[in-house]
Amino acid sequence: MAKSILRLTVNGSGREDAVPANMLLVDYLREVAGLTGTKIGCDGGECGACTVLVDGRSRLSCISLAHTCAGRQVETVEGCATDGRLSLVQKGFHEKLGSQCGYCTPGMIMAASGLLRRNPRPSEAEIRAALSGNICRCTGYVKIIEAVQAAAEGTT
Amino acid sequence: MEYLPDFDLLRPKTVDEALALRRENPEARLLAGGTDLIVNVRRGIVDPKAVIDINGIADLRTITSPDGGGLRIGAAVTLAELLEDRRISEDYPALCEAAAEVAAASHREVATLGGNLCLDTRCLYYNQSEWWRSANSYCLKHRGDVCHVAPSGKQCFAAFSGDLAPAVLVLGGTVEIAGPNGGRTVPLGEIYEDDGAAHLRLAEDEILTAVHLPAAPPGRSGYAKARVRAAIDFPLAGAAIALRQEGGVLEDLRVALTGTNSCPILIAGTDRLVGETVGEEVAEKLATMLPKQIQPMSSTFTPPGYRRKVVANLVRALFRHLTEAP
Ligand SMILES: Cc1cc2nc3c(=O)[nH]c(=O)nc-3n(C[C@H](O)[C@H](O)[C@H](O)COP(=O)(O)OP(=O)(O)OC[C@H]3O[C@@H](n4cnc5c(N)ncnc54)[C@H](O)[C@@H]3O)c2cc1C
Ligand code: SF4
Ligand code: FES
Ligand code: FES
Repeated sequence: MAKSILRLTVNGSGREDAVPANMLLVDYLREVAGLTGTKIGCDGGECGACTVLVDGRSRLSCISLAHTCAGRQVETVEGCATDGRLSLVQKGFHEKLGSQCGYCTPGMIMAASGLLRRNPRPSEAEIRAALSGNICRCTGYVKIIEAVQAAAEGTT
Repeated sequence: MEYLPDFDLLRPKTVDEALALRRENPEARLLAGGTDLIVNVRRGIVDPKAVIDINGIADLRTITSPDGGGLRIGAAVTLAELLEDRRISEDYPALCEAAAEVAAASHREVATLGGNLCLDTRCLYYNQSEWWRSANSYCLKHRGDVCHVAPSGKQCFAAFSGDLAPAVLVLGGTVEIAGPNGGRTVPLGEIYEDDGAAHLRLAEDEILTAVHLPAAPPGRSGYAKARVRAAIDFPLAGAAIALRQEGGVLEDLRVALTGTNSCPILIAGTDRLVGETVGEEVAEKLATMLPKQIQPMSSTFTPPGYRRKVVANLVRALFRHLTEAP
């Protein structure tokens, strides 16, 4: 498959890679950029494990073609911590036990980070709505909601 | 790692460019949000030779208020954008309520109005992985010879499951279609056929460019949906209603459904209830109009009889809600 140059920003750094037209954003992030924090949990759009941010809004990277993100700012879970310090959302998940096996966690953290950027003090209903496409096999969701609430309290 | 089948990705900047690309690439598919198309490509149901990404066409991405009144919503406007537009939430609540219940928040960031109206039909035996379908000898809609839902027939009964179409139908919306011979604007209902394997009457080289909603009618509208998981699922049935009453007497009533047939259905005969006094009796009469006009089949996880009951209950409850004092 012929490749063409894809230019975009991943976690704040500009990149240029030769990428085939049929490559999914999640495969680009994991295989080309080497950022394996973003997970694949289903065969298309059902689970939210692959959620990243594109220009600050949540995006399912398993049903997005990498080339459609040309010129955009993509953020993954690897970009959350600064200088080894966890972001408020990551800290929330850590302290409130919002993560068990951890497979859904990168997607949850990205969806929650996108929400808090737009709406720093969301209600519980707004948190549930923003995470409605993110499925968790382990936690039962209660601790995840608490984690995002804790992060929101820390941001204000 | 999962490479999709080989295809070219084409990214036109204008509708004319897109139409030219459509002519040059007969086996191309349009890509809007991709929340239906890419899933189907991943599952091997769709194998496009080229994918035409229409998100770069500025004309498809705006919501404008034409001089004659009403609203023109570009086909590539996302559901998230639609939900943030006050003109829609204030004047066309049915559309806004339907959009709010499509999939989940992350899907709505990219899912578009046009993609929702042109959504492929769905079936238990079709929306499955390649190995699942091959183990079942495929089916009539794709690669196979037999319909597992109605094995003696030669028709596909996959269900149309888009949430927005019934809302656009009751609001009297028309769709603008660009094609090689220029444009045409037709009532939304005219682009559908009740055939699960060919439910869209759009030619290969046509593009749905916008939806026009007429000036907001006085009265109320709303959308009600039943689904298995409230957070994310397609409708097992959905109902939109637009109505107007004056002093407790019905002056206008339109009802449309999704999830019951291979295309959205505008219920015929609701005009016969105009002039009646709103109340339980009219709600009942309305519910009795439905059974003959719908045909839910065993193409979803929920059995047809159950969906018949659910759709009648949705219509009754929404009618009650819209006729009660706000
Ligand atoms: C987990 C999950 C849950 C979902 N739940 C719902 C739900 O509850 N309700 C619902 O309605 N949908 C649901 N969907 C389906 C989908 O997300 C929405 O219908 C969405 O609005 C489709 O829009 P899109 O822009 O992503 O379409 P795309 O996937 O880009 O396109 C869909 C189809 O329409 C064609 N198309 C797109 N734009 C045009 C155009 N302008 N002219 C002509 N053809 C065009 C494409 O070629 C393709 O065949 C769900 C999807 C997933 C993965
Ligand atoms: S209704 Fe029949 S032909 Fe259509 S998708 Fe289902 S099994 Fe296939
Ligand atoms: S891996 Fe993307 S939604 Fe499941
Ligand atoms: S922590 Fe295991 S899936 Fe969510």
